[in-house]
Amino acid sequence: MACAEAVQKENLKAAGTIVKQIFVLAASQGGTMPKVAGYFAEALAHQIYRSHPPRGVSCSSTHESTAFDDMLHQHFYESCPYLKMAPVVHRGGVDGSQRRSRRSSFVAQKAACNAHGQDSSYFLGWQEYEKNPYDPTTNPTGIIQMGLAENQLSFDLIESWLERHPDAVGLRRDGALVFRELALFQDYHGLPHFKKALADFMGQLRGNKVELQWRNLVLTAGSTSANETLIFCLAEPGEAFLIPTPYYPGFDRDLKWRTGAEIVPIHCSSSNGFRITKRAVEKAYQQARKQRLSVKGILVTNPSNPLGTSLTHAELRTLLDFALAKGIHLISDEIYSGTAFASSPAFVSVLEAMQVHPLNLDLADRVHVVYSLSKDLGLPGFRVGALYSANPEVVAAATKMSSFGLVSSQTQYLLAALLCDNDFTAHYVAENKKRIAERHGRLVEGLRRAGVECLESNAGLFCWVDMRHLLLVDTFEGEMELWRKVVYEVGLNISPGSSCHCDEPGWFRLCFANMSEETLDVAMQRLQNFVASSSQCSGHGTRSWPRGSISFARWMVGLSSSRDHRRSERGY
Amino acid sequence: MLETKQAVKDVSRRGQRYWWLRGEEEGPRPFHFSFTWFVACFLKLTTMAKSCMPLSELATSNTHGEDSPYFAGWKAYDEEPYDAAENPSGVIQMGLAENQVSFDLLEEYLEQHPEATGWGCGISGFRENALFQDYHGLRAFRQAMATFMEKIRGERAKFDPERIVLTAGATAANELLTFILADPGDCVLIPAPYYPGFDRDLRWRTGANIIPVHCNSSNGFQITTQNLEAAFAEAVAMGFRVRGVLITNPSNPLGTTISRPVLEEILVFAARNDIHLISDEIYSGSVFSPDEFVSMAEIVEERGYKDCERVHVVYSLSKDLGLPGFRVGAIYSYNDRVVTTARKMSSFTLVSSQTQKMLASMLSDRVFVENYLETNRKRLKERHDYIVEGLKDAGIECLRGNAGLFCWMNLAPLLKETTREGELELWKLILQEVKLNITPGSSCHCSEAGWFRVCFANMSQRTLEVALRRMRNFTEKMMMIKEN
Repeated sequence: MACAEAVQKENLKAAGTIVKQIFVLAASQGGTMPKVAGYFAEALAHQIYRSHPPRGVSCSSTHESTAFDDMLHQHFYESCPYLKMAPVVHRGGVDGSQRRSRRSSFVAQKAACNAHGQDSSYFLGWQEYEKNPYDPTTNPTGIIQMGLAENQLSFDLIESWLERHPDAVGLRRDGALVFRELALFQDYHGLPHFKKALADFMGQLRGNKVELQWRNLVLTAGSTSANETLIFCLAEPGEAFLIPTPYYPGFDRDLKWRTGAEIVPIHCSSSNGFRITKRAVEKAYQQARKQRLSVKGILVTNPSNPLGTSLTHAELRTLLDFALAKGIHLISDEIYSGTAFASSPAFVSVLEAMQVHPLNLDLADRVHVVYSLSKDLGLPGFRVGALYSANPEVVAAATKMSSFGLVSSQTQYLLAALLCDNDFTAHYVAENKKRIAERHGRLVEGLRRAGVECLESNAGLFCWVDMRHLLLVDTFEGEMELWRKVVYEVGLNISPGSSCHCDEPGWFRLCFANMSEETLDVAMQRLQNFVASSSQCSGHGTRSWPRGSISFARWMVGLSSSRDHRRSERGY
Repeated sequence: MLETKQAVKDVSRRGQRYWWLRGEEEGPRPFHFSFTWFVACFLKLTTMAKSCMPLSELATSNTHGEDSPYFAGWKAYDEEPYDAAENPSGVIQMGLAENQVSFDLLEEYLEQHPEATGWGCGISGFRENALFQDYHGLRAFRQAMATFMEKIRGERAKFDPERIVLTAGATAANELLTFILADPGDCVLIPAPYYPGFDRDLRWRTGANIIPVHCNSSNGFQITTQNLEAAFAEAVAMGFRVRGVLITNPSNPLGTTISRPVLEEILVFAARNDIHLISDEIYSGSVFSPDEFVSMAEIVEERGYKDCERVHVVYSLSKDLGLPGFRVGAIYSYNDRVVTTARKMSSFTLVSSQTQKMLASMLSDRVFVENYLETNRKRLKERHDYIVEGLKDAGIECLRGNAGLFCWMNLAPLLKETTREGELELWKLILQEVKLNITPGSSCHCSEAGWFRVCFANMSQRTLEVALRRMRNFTEKMMMIKEN
């Protein structure tokens, strides 16, 4: 009410503050309330901004807060980016003119996105983490970040190497600066020295069972860009790629946004441990046909994010056979190949499976591998990605395209030296795997003590955790409710399976490599307490209902008006 | 060749599937089969891109523009590069707008500040830096970029670090803006002559089009409202929706800055037609006299931010600092939504955090920056004056330039015929006989034949002398032939 008055008085700043307060208030309540309140607040915010669109200049005053929101949005993206997609999926179309109708169509997209109804609560979860991050000494009750697939376990190895090799860091060779050479190096083929080292390293991670031709590598600024580049090369706007679920939520942005391509999920289920079957692939293919989409290929992540499992020989054979039968491409995103810690089942690269395939010559043209140093070496900031293909046309087109996202020559130079050091890489890979295995074991053990099982896995920086028995209702709403509880009450920011397009509610991804052992223990202790307490009171029903019928009625009014509003926009 | 083989293989396999698999008795007669095979083969070859191992049209299209003479000249240079000692008759590269005249200053800085490249002794420094993948970029670096951009503009314009979106080079920055501002099939107006790379950067993946705004030598290639309106009308007549106008200021290939009144006119034009205005200012620090450059940012501020939501500035460190290998570009937009969207989109093209860290410390050093800018300007001007003088001795006139790493020279008097073909013929002659790789105006979409861009900052003074000597001999010979 106060907010409405403020709007009436043209006091937008005050209105904005009140809207924010509503969000916070709504978030602090359990149950379905936040969702309803979220709708209401959004509709309100929407009304305010629509009747008083923020102009360029006036906006610079509120700049600080938008920048902060933006930052949150990005972090938040890591765990559930698909929710952020709708406003931007629509290609281009941002227009400076705010008088034109295009503006309202832009907003309508955003509104359609909110129709998920989960957006605001997800976002609030991340906001909550940013406001209240765990720290063992200064904030021991804060939220522990378990939604970030970062590898912080083996930095000490790289650091000690850097200390021993000041030349590589200081842009020097034999003590003399090579700055000039590097500063001018903008050849999109990349430093040959670096590409050779990278090809060798990739071979090493594949047990030296495959030999990679360094000339078949294309460097890109991170695997985000490598994936997008491949889609640009292989598909026209409106054509589709099949991806097994659950999959990395960022694909919705990376593969679709600018290319205009579509994703059709291959539904995998827990009944066979989320394995890819011929039937599931065929079904997805038919589904795409039904939607009148031309299928251009299949994209798999091997080892899988979020599952933490690698594909078996049989699965790879299925995929290769399918690609051959339908005349489509197969992209294998192997950015976690260096995290495959178990010797059995070991990680098998598609390149290896291809070698033993009877029709391997026909496959060469259609199999493409994506790699990156962000996970295996833990260097996401350096933006080093690559794609590997034996299809000369793809390599040629992708190389030209890499102009739009080249890797800094300074970084290429440093990493060339690092990866050329075979003793170092051998030691690093072995030690890193050992540490990941230990950490993984610690998480699995902690979960077991809490009575929680997870999918048996052999790779990755995370586990795929089965919390189905903790759901009050076996739906995605139930999953959201549990997720909210885990964030707000237990203080763990984990990723719900629904954000990875998982078909079954109750699965969560928990990352373990972005924190110290002690922090992981704290997280596990919290989870054990939570499970114990929730099983105690499970008989009583833990859902909280809106407090007071008056306020409830008020929310309902807000809900229905915002719904109408949304409908009218969508029809626009 | 390879493609054909593959196609034949594919087709024969298909033949197998259709005929042989049904059993040999029921199989087609040899003639029937080979006829089908032939037809199928023909269809296959004609629809290669669509049917075989199909790639996207994008991957097989020529919109990347690498087949233009601009790139052909580069290839010729790559095959036989000039070297004073080892290959004194080789091709001298004058088609590359690189700045190599001030590296000693950067090197001196690095010698004096070894900490700029490392992560210090604090262990956490490396970790933090290696993990930093926030698409906002390092705050310290954005701040340093903003200050650097202000300094280049004589502090007559202000830049808010929160509005800077970092990209891996200006190439990516321009593409990104096009993705955001235009839908496939829309068009952008660009005053010609323009940087040939735009044909790839703005069109290839975005599906946007470029309509050149033709400028000519009669007024020193200045942009006028009439020319802009004419291009706009042409675009509309062709059925395009015009989404923006992109100017490079200082201009590449002209080497001139755009004057204040013209900039104002362009902004008014953009506002009148309700389109965006992208100002590519990657050569802003390479203006010989700082007072001669007016940034679009200044115009925006002077107008009290009126119409500012349609203005976007592109910058990069590749030219002014001479660091193309480090891939640092930036978008500065006055439009909030463009800033937000561009930032999200920059995920595809982020700058290495290692490089951000090094450059942050370099550009935060006020004394270094001031000295660098001043010295670099002075040296570029010396180079420029030297080449203009040398060309004059050879009887060649240049457009009066005041910026950039190149001159725009007029070889029209040497053309056999004043056409694009005549120009390319002369260009080939210069490449093959004089062994200079220069850029023909036609590759920059210049509407007048006979203009060439010649770069002067990517070589030593001595190499420049050799190039000028060769040029003088060539024009003398040509004049003699003409007189006879």
